[in-house]
Amino acid sequence: MIGIEHYLVVSAMLFVLGVLGIFLNRKNIIVILMAIELILLGVNLNLVAFSAFLDDLSGQIFAMFVLTVAAAEAAIGLAILVIYFRARGTIAVDDVDRLKG
Amino acid sequence: MIQTIAFYLFASIVIGSGVLTIMARNPVHSVLWLILAFFNAAGLMVLVGAEFLAMLLVVVYVGAVAVLFLFVVMMLDIDFAELRAGFMQNFPLGIAVAIVLLAEILFGLGAISAGPIELGTADGSATPVLGQSNIENIGALLYTHYAFLFEIAGMILLVAMVGAIVLTHREQKAVRGHQNISKQNQRSPDEAIVMRQPSIGQGIDL
Repeated sequence: MIGIEHYLVVSAMLFVLGVLGIFLNRKNIIVILMAIELILLGVNLNLVAFSAFLDDLSGQIFAMFVLTVAAAEAAIGLAILVIYFRARGTIAVDDVDRLKG
Repeated sequence: MIQTIAFYLFASIVIGSGVLTIMARNPVHSVLWLILAFFNAAGLMVLVGAEFLAMLLVVVYVGAVAVLFLFVVMMLDIDFAELRAGFMQNFPLGIAVAIVLLAEILFGLGAISAGPIELGTADGSATPVLGQSNIENIGALLYTHYAFLFEIAGMILLVAMVGAIVLTHREQKAVRGHQNISKQNQRSPDEAIVMRQPSIGQGIDL
């Protein structure tokens, strides 16, 4: 029988995969944004699993809010990426230090 | 039994496509693997009875966010080989951090399921009503207890939309023509046309 532990292990693995993706693709900000989406997916899965196994809908409501913020973050992140590409002609972000003064 | 099989199917595909998302050479393939991961995560959510959230995941992520990613990846002309230069160099550190993180989380999980650590218990105020569908229950809760948060979420989306437009909007530099419509309409034949009859061999003064 599938218990909450199974779900928690899957969501933990998704979360760690997201963190690993950020470490591996340090230059490619598009993949970094996708890794952040993976992290948020893991968090959502965790919230939904607890919500289902504790018989409490608050988890699903909050997963919905996480989804909202993730969508907004993706839109803003990609917009910043597009204007950065227009200005610099590249999206290599490992040496972005223009704000350092 | 079928539930167990479905869980392991969805879980293995979601983990596998997560790995391929971060390992794929081409970001377009990354986006496609990400879409597969979202579909299977939606399947996992259906399995525990969160249908509404699963459908929301498919509609919002696969329908909007993933397409946005595809758009940006394909629109920008990027040399991806250059961006992968440090991949192998970062590999040991990344794997080490990932293993430490996973070990910590799994250790916490084991501690919770083994010991007397008390998880918070639901107070029953958000318990789903039996016999009603998932979406009815969520709606009944979302528009009463969480109405304020719901409106805040709407404001966040509005601000994000305005921000994205403001960031990427470009003023048109090249102005097309210089047509002044009211001036054009005010012209009459009297002041616009002059009749001349030049004699042969002579021009006219303009």
